[in-house]
Amino acid sequence: METWEEVTFAGYILEPGNAESYKTGDWRSRQKPVINQEKCTFCLLCWIYCPDGAIIRKEGEVEIDYYHCKGCGICAYECPSGAIRMRSEMEGE
Amino acid sequence: MMARKVLALNGDEAAAYAVKQCKPDVIAAYPITPQTIIVERLSDFVADGELDAEFIAVESEHSAMSACIGASAMGARAYTATASQGLALMYEMLFVASSFRLPIVMSVANRALNSPLNIWNDMSDTMGARDCGWIQIYNENSQEVYDFTIQAFRIAEDHRVLLPVMVCHDGFVVSHSTEGVEVLSDGEVDSFLPPRDPVYPLDVEKPVTIGCVGVPEYYPEIKYQQEVATKKSIETIKEILREFNESFGRSYGIVEEYRTDGAEVALLTIGSISGTAKEAVDEMRAEGKPVGLLKLRLFRPFPIEALRKSLSGLKVVGVVDRHISFGSCMGGALNMEVRAALYEMKDRPHVMGFPTGLGGRDIRVEHFLKIIDELLMIAEQDALEEEYKVVGCRGPGCIGP
Ligand code: SF4
Ligand code: SF4
Repeated sequence: METWEEVTFAGYILEPGNAESYKTGDWRSRQKPVINQEKCTFCLLCWIYCPDGAIIRKEGEVEIDYYHCKGCGICAYECPSGAIRMRSEMEGE
Repeated sequence: MMARKVLALNGDEAAAYAVKQCKPDVIAAYPITPQTIIVERLSDFVADGELDAEFIAVESEHSAMSACIGASAMGARAYTATASQGLALMYEMLFVASSFRLPIVMSVANRALNSPLNIWNDMSDTMGARDCGWIQIYNENSQEVYDFTIQAFRIAEDHRVLLPVMVCHDGFVVSHSTEGVEVLSDGEVDSFLPPRDPVYPLDVEKPVTIGCVGVPEYYPEIKYQQEVATKKSIETIKEILREFNESFGRSYGIVEEYRTDGAEVALLTIGSISGTAKEAVDEMRAEGKPVGLLKLRLFRPFPIEALRKSLSGLKVVGVVDRHISFGSCMGGALNMEVRAALYEMKDRPHVMGFPTGLGGRDIRVEHFLKIIDELLMIAEQDALEEEYKVVGCRGPGCIGP
Protein backbone atom coordinates (compact mmCIF):
# COMPACT_ATOMS: atom_id res chain seq x y z
CA MET A 1 0.00 0.00 0.00
CA GLU A 2 1.02 3.62 -0.53
CA THR A 3 3.35 5.44 1.85
CA TRP A 4 2.59 8.96 3.09
CA GLU A 5 4.60 10.29 0.16
CA GLU A 6 2.59 8.24 -2.31
CA VAL A 7 -0.98 8.80 -1.11
CA THR A 8 -2.75 11.59 -2.97
CA PHE A 9 -2.58 15.18 -1.71
CA ALA A 10 -4.58 15.34 1.54
CA GLY A 11 -6.27 12.08 0.57
CA TYR A 12 -8.19 13.65 -2.32
CA ILE A 13 -9.71 11.14 -4.73
CA LEU A 14 -8.56 12.19 -8.16
CA GLU A 15 -10.36 9.64 -10.35
CA PRO A 16 -14.13 9.94 -10.30
CA GLY A 17 -16.37 6.85 -10.13
CA ASN A 18 -13.70 4.60 -8.68
CA ALA A 19 -16.09 3.02 -6.16
CA GLU A 20 -16.53 0.28 -8.72
CA SER A 21 -12.95 -0.83 -8.33
CA TYR A 22 -13.06 -0.68 -4.54
CA LYS A 23 -12.95 -4.26 -3.31
CA THR A 24 -14.72 -4.70 -0.01
CA GLY A 25 -14.31 -8.44 -0.06
CA ASP A 26 -10.92 -8.46 1.61
CA TRP A 27 -12.73 -9.47 4.76
CA ARG A 28 -15.42 -12.08 5.34
CA SER A 29 -16.56 -14.09 8.32
CA ARG A 30 -14.73 -17.37 8.52
CA GLN A 31 -17.17 -19.12 6.23
CA LYS A 32 -18.31 -18.67 2.69
CA PRO A 33 -21.38 -19.85 0.80
CA VAL A 34 -21.01 -22.43 -1.96
CA ILE A 35 -23.87 -23.23 -4.35
CA ASN A 36 -24.71 -26.68 -5.52
CA GLN A 37 -26.12 -25.86 -8.95
CA GLU A 38 -27.75 -29.30 -9.21
CA LYS A 39 -30.04 -28.62 -6.26
CA CYS A 40 -30.73 -24.98 -7.17
CA THR A 41 -34.22 -24.31 -8.57
CA PHE A 42 -33.51 -20.68 -9.46
CA CYS A 43 -36.18 -19.43 -7.07
CA LEU A 44 -34.01 -16.32 -6.38
CA LEU A 45 -34.82 -16.13 -2.66
CA CYS A 46 -31.08 -15.88 -1.94
CA TRP A 47 -30.81 -13.03 -4.44
CA ILE A 48 -33.61 -11.20 -2.59
CA TYR A 49 -32.32 -11.86 0.92
CA CYS A 50 -28.59 -11.26 0.52
CA PRO A 51 -27.98 -7.97 2.41
CA ASP A 52 -24.83 -7.24 0.41
CA GLY A 53 -26.18 -7.82 -3.08
CA ALA A 54 -23.53 -10.49 -3.44
CA ILE A 55 -25.71 -12.97 -5.32
CA ILE A 56 -25.31 -12.46 -9.04
CA ARG A 57 -28.25 -13.44 -11.15
CA LYS A 58 -27.22 -15.14 -14.37
CA GLU A 59 -29.12 -16.90 -17.14
CA GLY A 60 -30.90 -19.74 -15.28
CA GLU A 61 -28.49 -19.83 -12.35
CA VAL A 62 -27.10 -17.79 -9.44
CA GLU A 63 -23.48 -17.11 -8.64
CA ILE A 64 -21.77 -15.61 -5.62
CA ASP A 65 -19.67 -12.46 -5.80
CA TYR A 66 -17.00 -13.30 -3.25
CA TYR A 67 -15.57 -9.75 -3.36
CA HIS A 68 -18.67 -8.43 -1.70
CA CYS A 69 -20.01 -11.46 0.19
CA LYS A 70 -19.54 -11.08 3.94
CA GLY A 71 -20.23 -14.70 4.76
CA CYS A 72 -23.29 -13.99 6.89
CA GLY A 73 -25.02 -17.23 5.87
CA ILE A 74 -28.46 -15.69 5.29
CA CYS A 75 -28.59 -17.11 1.79
CA ALA A 76 -27.91 -20.64 3.05
CA TYR A 77 -30.52 -20.25 5.80
CA GLU A 78 -33.18 -19.00 3.39
CA CYS A 79 -32.55 -21.35 0.48
CA PRO A 80 -35.60 -23.69 0.41
CA SER A 81 -33.71 -26.35 -1.58
CA GLY A 82 -30.65 -26.65 0.63
CA ALA A 83 -28.55 -25.69 -2.37
CA ILE A 84 -26.23 -23.38 -0.43
CA ARG A 85 -23.76 -24.74 2.06
CA MET A 86 -21.56 -22.54 4.26
CA ARG A 87 -18.05 -23.85 4.04
CA SER A 88 -15.12 -22.99 6.25
CA GLU A 89 -12.57 -20.76 4.52
CA MET A 90 -9.96 -23.23 5.74
CA GLU A 91 -11.42 -26.05 3.68
CA GLY A 92 -10.17 -24.67 0.38
CA GLU A 93 -12.13 -24.69 -2.85
CA MET B 1 10.82 56.10 -4.47
CA MET B 2 7.84 58.05 -3.32
CA ALA B 3 7.21 58.03 0.41
CA ARG B 4 4.53 55.55 1.34
CA LYS B 5 1.18 56.58 2.68
CA VAL B 6 0.73 56.48 6.44
CA LEU B 7 -2.86 55.88 7.49
CA ALA B 8 -4.34 56.12 10.97
CA LEU B 9 -5.66 52.61 11.49
CA ASN B 10 -6.48 50.47 14.47
CA GLY B 11 -5.58 46.79 14.37
CA ASP B 12 -8.94 45.72 12.97
CA GLU B 13 -8.88 48.43 10.31
CA ALA B 14 -5.31 47.50 9.40
CA ALA B 15 -6.44 43.91 8.86
CA ALA B 16 -9.42 45.01 6.77
CA TYR B 17 -7.33 47.37 4.68
CA ALA B 18 -4.74 44.67 4.00
CA VAL B 19 -7.44 42.17 3.10
CA LYS B 20 -8.99 44.63 0.66
CA GLN B 21 -5.64 44.97 -1.09
CA CYS B 22 -5.27 41.18 -1.18
CA LYS B 23 -8.50 40.96 -3.19
CA PRO B 24 -10.25 37.93 -1.72
CA ASP B 25 -12.98 36.37 -3.86
CA VAL B 26 -15.09 35.34 -0.89
CA ILE B 27 -15.48 36.78 2.60
CA ALA B 28 -17.75 34.88 4.95
CA ALA B 29 -17.80 36.29 8.43
CA TYR B 30 -19.87 36.91 11.50
CA PRO B 31 -19.21 39.96 13.65
CA ILE B 32 -17.98 39.40 17.19
CA THR B 33 -16.27 41.80 19.58
CA PRO B 34 -13.42 42.77 19.28
CA GLN B 35 -13.14 41.70 15.64
CA THR B 36 -16.34 43.43 14.50
CA ILE B 37 -14.62 46.40 12.89
CA ILE B 38 -12.90 44.09 10.39
CA VAL B 39 -16.21 42.69 9.18
CA GLU B 40 -17.83 46.13 9.11
CA ARG B 41 -15.02 47.67 7.07
CA LEU B 42 -14.91 44.81 4.61
CA SER B 43 -18.65 44.86 4.05
CA ASP B 44 -18.35 48.63 3.45
CA PHE B 45 -15.60 48.05 0.88
CA VAL B 46 -17.76 45.51 -0.93
CA ALA B 47 -20.93 47.64 -0.73
CA ASP B 48 -19.04 50.71 -1.98
CA GLY B 49 -17.62 48.81 -4.91
CA GLU B 50 -14.04 49.18 -3.70
CA LEU B 51 -13.63 45.43 -3.36
CA ASP B 52 -15.03 42.93 -5.84
CA ALA B 53 -15.74 40.04 -3.49
CA GLU B 54 -18.67 37.86 -2.53
CA PHE B 55 -19.56 38.92 1.00
CA ILE B 56 -21.53 36.18 2.72
CA ALA B 57 -23.23 37.38 5.90
CA VAL B 58 -23.50 34.01 7.61
CA GLU B 59 -25.57 33.18 10.69
CA SER B 60 -22.73 31.74 12.77
CA GLU B 61 -18.98 31.23 12.82
CA HIS B 62 -19.39 27.53 12.12
CA SER B 63 -21.06 28.57 8.87
CA ALA B 64 -18.44 31.25 8.22
CA MET B 65 -15.70 28.66 8.25
CA SER B 66 -17.83 26.17 6.31
CA ALA B 67 -18.48 28.75 3.58
CA CYS B 68 -14.79 29.59 3.41
CA ILE B 69 -13.97 25.89 3.11
CA GLY B 70 -16.37 25.48 0.21
CA ALA B 71 -15.10 28.60 -1.52
CA SER B 72 -11.46 27.76 -0.99
CA ALA B 73 -11.94 24.18 -2.14
CA MET B 74 -13.29 25.38 -5.47
CA GLY B 75 -10.25 27.63 -5.93
CA ALA B 76 -11.33 30.99 -4.52
CA ARG B 77 -9.27 33.18 -2.21
CA ALA B 78 -11.31 33.03 1.00
CA TYR B 79 -11.06 35.11 4.15
CA THR B 80 -12.80 35.30 7.50
CA ALA B 81 -12.26 36.86 10.89
CA THR B 82 -13.36 35.95 14.38
CA ALA B 83 -12.56 35.98 18.10
CA SER B 84 -13.15 34.05 21.29
CA GLN B 85 -16.53 32.26 21.34
CA GLY B 86 -16.68 32.59 17.57
CA LEU B 87 -13.46 30.68 17.15
CA ALA B 88 -14.71 28.11 19.63
CA LEU B 89 -17.87 27.64 17.57
CA MET B 90 -15.72 27.12 14.47
CA TYR B 91 -13.60 24.48 16.13
CA GLU B 92 -14.92 21.48 14.22
CA MET B 93 -14.40 23.18 10.87
CA LEU B 94 -10.90 24.41 11.71
CA PHE B 95 -9.64 20.84 11.43
CA VAL B 96 -11.47 20.34 8.16
CA ALA B 97 -9.90 23.46 6.63
CA SER B 98 -6.37 22.40 7.51
CA SER B 99 -6.88 18.74 6.66
CA PHE B 100 -8.22 19.70 3.23
CA ARG B 101 -5.06 21.84 2.96
CA LEU B 102 -7.06 24.95 2.08
CA PRO B 103 -5.23 28.31 2.10
CA ILE B 104 -7.88 30.24 4.04
CA VAL B 105 -6.71 33.32 5.91
CA MET B 106 -8.43 34.27 9.16
CA SER B 107 -7.84 37.24 11.42
CA VAL B 108 -8.40 36.64 15.10
CA ALA B 109 -8.72 39.54 17.51
CA ASN B 110 -7.69 37.60 20.60
CA ARG B 111 -10.26 37.62 23.37
CA ALA B 112 -10.82 35.59 26.52
CA LEU B 113 -13.29 32.73 26.55
CA ASN B 114 -16.39 32.58 28.74
CA SER B 115 -17.15 32.04 31.55
CA PRO B 116 -17.36 34.48 33.27
CA LEU B 117 -18.41 36.49 30.28
CA ASN B 118 -15.49 38.61 29.22
CA ILE B 119 -14.93 40.54 26.02
CA TRP B 120 -11.37 41.60 26.82
CA ASN B 121 -8.05 40.38 25.63
CA ASP B 122 -6.14 37.23 26.37
CA MET B 123 -5.17 34.32 24.14
CA SER B 124 -7.28 31.49 25.47
CA ASP B 125 -9.10 31.39 22.13
CA THR B 126 -6.24 30.80 19.70
CA MET B 127 -4.00 28.97 22.16
CA GLY B 128 -6.82 26.49 22.62
CA ALA B 129 -6.91 26.06 18.85
CA ARG B 130 -3.20 25.42 18.55
CA ASP B 131 -3.58 21.79 17.51
CA CYS B 132 -6.06 22.44 14.68
CA GLY B 133 -3.39 22.35 11.99
CA TRP B 134 -3.43 26.09 11.25
CA ILE B 135 -0.37 28.27 10.98
CA GLN B 136 -0.52 30.87 13.76
CA ILE B 137 1.11 34.30 13.51
CA TYR B 138 0.94 36.72 16.46
CA ASN B 139 1.26 40.49 16.05
CA GLU B 140 2.23 43.29 18.38
CA ASN B 141 0.66 46.36 16.73
CA SER B 142 -1.38 47.61 13.78
CA GLN B 143 1.62 47.80 11.47
CA GLU B 144 2.41 44.16 12.06
CA VAL B 145 -1.23 43.20 11.59
CA TYR B 146 -1.19 44.93 8.22
CA ASP B 147 2.13 43.44 7.07
CA PHE B 148 1.42 39.90 8.20
CA THR B 149 -2.12 39.78 6.83
CA ILE B 150 -0.64 40.33 3.38
CA GLN B 151 2.08 37.76 3.97
CA ALA B 152 -0.48 35.28 5.31
CA PHE B 153 -2.10 34.93 1.88
CA ARG B 154 1.28 34.36 0.21
CA ILE B 155 2.26 31.77 2.82
CA ALA B 156 -1.08 29.96 2.76
CA GLU B 157 -1.28 29.76 -1.03
CA ASP B 158 2.34 28.76 -1.64
CA HIS B 159 2.21 25.29 -3.18
CA ARG B 160 4.83 24.07 -0.73
CA VAL B 161 2.56 25.07 2.15
CA LEU B 162 -1.17 25.01 1.28
CA LEU B 163 -2.35 25.47 4.85
CA PRO B 164 -4.76 27.90 6.48
CA VAL B 165 -3.27 30.78 8.45
CA MET B 166 -4.53 32.55 11.57
CA VAL B 167 -3.28 36.11 11.88
CA CYS B 168 -3.74 37.08 15.52
CA HIS B 169 -3.77 40.44 17.23
CA ASP B 170 -4.78 41.30 20.76
CA GLY B 171 -8.35 42.42 21.26
CA PHE B 172 -8.78 46.14 22.11
CA VAL B 173 -5.10 46.68 22.93
CA VAL B 174 -4.39 46.32 19.21
CA SER B 175 -7.79 45.89 17.58
CA HIS B 176 -9.13 49.24 18.84
CA SER B 177 -5.93 51.29 19.19
CA THR B 178 -5.35 53.68 16.35
CA GLU B 179 -1.76 54.00 15.19
CA GLY B 180 0.05 55.21 12.12
CA VAL B 181 0.38 52.37 9.63
CA GLU B 182 2.63 52.66 6.62
CA VAL B 183 0.64 50.98 3.87
CA LEU B 184 1.89 49.59 0.58
CA SER B 185 0.45 50.76 -2.70
CA ASP B 186 -2.07 48.46 -4.39
CA GLY B 187 0.55 47.82 -7.05
CA GLU B 188 3.12 46.73 -4.48
CA VAL B 189 0.65 44.29 -2.93
CA ASP B 190 -0.25 42.98 -6.40
CA SER B 191 3.38 42.33 -7.24
CA PHE B 192 3.99 40.57 -3.93
CA LEU B 193 0.77 38.55 -4.00
CA PRO B 194 -0.22 37.17 -7.40
CA PRO B 195 -3.74 35.76 -7.86
CA ARG B 196 -4.25 32.35 -6.29
CA ASP B 197 -3.18 29.40 -8.42
CA PRO B 198 -5.29 26.54 -7.06
CA VAL B 199 -3.95 23.00 -7.45
CA TYR B 200 -7.33 21.30 -7.77
CA PRO B 201 -9.82 23.99 -8.80
CA LEU B 202 -13.45 23.07 -9.36
CA ASP B 203 -13.50 21.61 -12.86
CA VAL B 204 -16.36 19.51 -14.21
CA GLU B 205 -13.97 17.86 -16.65
CA LYS B 206 -11.68 16.78 -13.81
CA PRO B 207 -13.81 16.20 -10.74
CA VAL B 208 -12.10 15.32 -7.45
CA THR B 209 -13.52 14.08 -4.17
CA ILE B 210 -12.42 16.04 -1.11
CA GLY B 211 -13.21 14.88 2.38
CA CYS B 212 -13.93 11.22 1.82
CA VAL B 213 -13.64 8.53 4.47
CA GLY B 214 -10.10 7.76 5.58
CA VAL B 215 -10.11 4.20 6.83
CA PRO B 216 -7.40 3.11 9.30
CA GLU B 217 -5.39 1.76 6.35
CA TYR B 218 -5.02 5.33 4.98
CA TYR B 219 -5.63 7.82 7.80
CA PRO B 220 -2.10 7.79 9.29
CA GLU B 221 -0.43 8.34 5.91
CA ILE B 222 -2.71 11.29 5.14
CA LYS B 223 -2.16 12.82 8.59
CA TYR B 224 1.62 12.36 8.50
CA GLN B 225 1.71 14.01 5.09
CA GLN B 226 -0.05 17.00 6.71
CA GLU B 227 2.38 17.01 9.64
CA VAL B 228 5.39 17.03 7.31
CA ALA B 229 3.87 19.89 5.29
CA THR B 230 3.21 21.89 8.47
CA LYS B 231 6.71 21.37 9.85
CA LYS B 232 8.33 22.17 6.52
CA SER B 233 6.25 25.31 6.03
CA ILE B 234 8.59 27.16 8.37
CA GLU B 235 11.24 27.32 5.64
CA THR B 236 8.77 28.85 3.20
CA ILE B 237 7.50 31.26 5.84
CA LYS B 238 11.07 32.45 6.46
CA GLU B 239 11.69 32.81 2.74
CA ILE B 240 8.51 34.87 2.21
CA LEU B 241 9.31 36.97 5.27
CA ARG B 242 12.78 37.70 3.89
CA GLU B 243 11.32 38.72 0.55
CA PHE B 244 8.77 40.97 2.27
CA ASN B 245 11.48 42.58 4.41
CA GLU B 246 13.71 43.22 1.40
CA SER B 247 10.94 44.46 -0.87
CA PHE B 248 9.30 46.83 1.58
CA GLY B 249 12.04 47.83 3.99
CA ARG B 250 10.90 45.92 7.05
CA SER B 251 12.99 43.90 9.51
CA TYR B 252 10.79 41.17 10.90
CA GLY B 253 11.92 37.81 12.20
CA ILE B 254 10.34 34.55 13.30
CA VAL B 255 11.79 35.09 16.76
CA GLU B 256 12.77 38.70 17.36
CA GLU B 257 15.51 39.59 19.81
CA TYR B 258 15.48 42.79 21.82
CA ARG B 259 18.57 43.84 23.81
CA THR B 260 19.74 40.27 24.17
CA ASP B 261 23.43 41.09 23.77
CA GLY B 262 25.09 40.04 26.99
CA ALA B 263 21.75 39.15 28.55
CA GLU B 264 21.68 36.48 31.24
CA VAL B 265 17.95 36.43 31.71
CA ALA B 266 15.25 37.12 29.16
CA LEU B 267 11.52 37.48 28.84
CA LEU B 268 9.85 35.53 26.08
CA THR B 269 6.68 37.27 24.97
CA ILE B 270 4.01 37.00 22.33
CA GLY B 271 1.68 39.69 21.01
CA SER B 272 1.11 43.25 22.15
CA ILE B 273 2.36 42.75 25.68
CA SER B 274 5.86 42.70 24.20
CA GLY B 275 5.79 46.50 24.01
CA THR B 276 5.24 46.90 27.76
CA ALA B 277 7.82 44.22 28.48
CA LYS B 278 10.40 46.09 26.38
CA GLU B 279 9.88 49.17 28.56
CA ALA B 280 10.68 47.08 31.62
CA VAL B 281 13.76 45.66 29.90
CA ASP B 282 14.92 49.21 29.14
CA GLU B 283 14.51 50.24 32.78
CA MET B 284 16.43 47.20 33.98
CA ARG B 285 19.16 47.78 31.40
CA ALA B 286 19.47 51.38 32.62
CA GLU B 287 20.25 49.92 36.03
CA GLY B 288 22.86 47.67 34.44
CA LYS B 289 20.89 44.42 34.80
CA PRO B 290 21.64 41.83 32.08
CA VAL B 291 18.09 41.53 30.77
CA GLY B 292 16.79 40.99 27.24
CA LEU B 293 13.61 39.99 25.47
CA LEU B 294 12.55 37.59 22.76
CA LYS B 295 9.33 38.06 20.89
CA LEU B 296 7.79 35.03 19.30
CA ARG B 297 6.03 35.75 16.04
CA LEU B 298 5.12 32.25 15.01
CA PHE B 299 3.55 29.71 17.34
CA ARG B 300 2.51 27.14 14.70
CA PRO B 301 4.66 25.74 13.27
CA PHE B 302 6.72 26.15 16.41
CA PRO B 303 10.12 27.64 15.51
CA ILE B 304 12.18 25.16 17.49
CA GLU B 305 15.55 25.81 15.87
CA ALA B 306 15.32 29.60 15.94
CA LEU B 307 14.23 29.48 19.54
CA ARG B 308 16.98 27.12 20.64
CA LYS B 309 19.49 29.40 19.01
CA SER B 310 18.10 32.53 20.63
CA LEU B 311 17.81 30.95 24.07
CA SER B 312 21.17 29.21 24.21
CA GLY B 313 23.60 30.95 26.51
CA LEU B 314 20.87 32.43 28.70
CA LYS B 315 20.61 31.44 32.36
CA VAL B 316 16.89 31.99 32.83
CA VAL B 317 13.93 32.56 30.55
CA GLY B 318 10.58 33.88 31.74
CA VAL B 319 7.84 32.79 29.37
CA VAL B 320 4.87 35.13 29.35
CA ASP B 321 1.72 33.24 28.43
CA ARG B 322 -1.59 34.97 27.83
CA HIS B 323 -3.86 32.17 28.99
CA ILE B 324 -3.99 29.22 31.36
CA SER B 325 -3.86 25.67 30.11
CA PHE B 326 -5.85 24.27 33.01
CA GLY B 327 -4.26 21.43 34.86
CA SER B 328 -1.24 21.28 32.58
CA CYS B 329 2.21 21.00 34.10
CA MET B 330 3.42 24.43 33.01
CA GLY B 331 0.58 26.93 33.37
CA GLY B 332 0.37 27.93 29.73
CA ALA B 333 0.89 26.35 26.33
CA LEU B 334 3.78 28.59 25.37
CA ASN B 335 5.71 27.72 28.50
CA MET B 336 5.09 24.01 27.93
CA GLU B 337 6.25 24.25 24.36
CA VAL B 338 9.39 26.24 25.17
CA ARG B 339 10.41 23.86 27.94
CA ALA B 340 9.78 20.86 25.71
CA ALA B 341 11.85 22.41 22.90
CA LEU B 342 14.78 22.99 25.24
CA TYR B 343 14.70 19.66 27.03
CA GLU B 344 17.40 17.94 24.98
CA MET B 345 19.60 21.03 24.80
CA LYS B 346 22.87 21.00 26.70
CA ASP B 347 23.25 23.90 29.16
CA ARG B 348 19.65 24.85 28.74
CA PRO B 349 18.35 27.83 30.68
CA HIS B 350 15.88 27.55 33.54
CA VAL B 351 12.41 28.23 32.20
CA MET B 352 9.63 29.69 34.30
CA GLY B 353 6.14 30.54 33.08
CA PHE B 354 4.11 33.65 33.85
CA PRO B 355 0.50 33.40 32.67
CA THR B 356 -0.43 37.05 32.49
CA GLY B 357 -3.12 39.53 31.63
CA LEU B 358 -6.03 37.12 31.81
CA GLY B 359 -9.37 38.45 30.60
CA GLY B 360 -7.89 41.87 29.84
CA ARG B 361 -6.28 42.48 33.24
CA ASP B 362 -3.96 45.41 32.67
CA ILE B 363 -0.33 44.36 32.87
CA ARG B 364 2.03 47.24 33.39
CA VAL B 365 5.76 47.82 33.45
CA GLU B 366 5.80 47.20 37.25
CA HIS B 367 4.53 43.67 36.69
CA PHE B 368 7.36 42.95 34.31
CA LEU B 369 9.88 44.46 36.72
CA LYS B 370 8.64 41.96 39.32
CA ILE B 371 8.92 39.12 36.83
CA ILE B 372 12.46 40.16 35.93
CA ASP B 373 13.40 40.35 39.63
CA GLU B 374 12.19 36.79 39.98
CA LEU B 375 14.24 35.72 36.94
CA LEU B 376 17.38 37.40 38.29
CA MET B 377 16.89 35.59 41.60
CA ILE B 378 16.60 32.25 39.82
CA ALA B 379 19.78 33.06 37.91
CA GLU B 380 21.59 33.81 41.16
CA GLN B 381 20.39 30.67 42.92
CA ASP B 382 20.70 28.56 39.76
CA ALA B 383 17.49 26.83 40.81
CA LEU B 384 13.82 27.05 40.02
CA GLU B 385 11.25 26.65 42.75
CA GLU B 386 8.04 26.82 40.77
CA GLU B 387 7.26 26.02 37.15
CA TYR B 388 4.94 28.99 36.83
CA LYS B 389 3.28 31.80 38.67
CA VAL B 390 0.22 33.76 37.53
CA VAL B 391 0.85 37.49 37.19
CA GLY B 392 -1.93 40.03 37.65
CA CYS B 393 -4.07 38.15 40.14
CA ARG B 394 -4.84 38.87 43.77
CA GLY B 395 -4.09 36.29 46.42
CA PRO B 396 -1.48 33.82 47.58
CA GLY B 397 0.76 32.18 45.00
CA CYS B 398 0.30 34.97 42.45
CA ILE B 399 2.06 38.16 41.53
CA GLY B 400 -0.71 40.74 41.77
CA PRO B 401 -2.83 42.70 41.55
S1 SF4 C 1 -23.32 -15.36 2.90
FE1 SF4 C 1 -24.47 -13.47 3.26
S2 SF4 C 1 -23.37 -11.99 2.10
FE2 SF4 C 1 -22.66 -13.90 1.33
S3 SF4 C 1 -23.98 -14.33 -0.38
FE3 SF4 C 1 -24.92 -15.29 1.38
S4 SF4 C 1 -26.38 -13.80 2.13
FE4 SF4 C 1 -24.96 -12.71 0.76
S1 SF4 D 1 -32.38 -19.73 -2.77
FE1 SF4 D 1 -31.41 -21.66 -3.20
S2 SF4 D 1 -32.66 -22.54 -4.76
FE2 SF4 D 1 -33.24 -20.43 -4.70
S3 SF4 D 1 -31.94 -19.51 -6.23
FE3 SF4 D 1 -30.83 -19.34 -4.35
S4 SF4 D 1 -29.54 -21.14 -4.30
FE4 SF4 D 1 -31.07 -21.46 -5.84
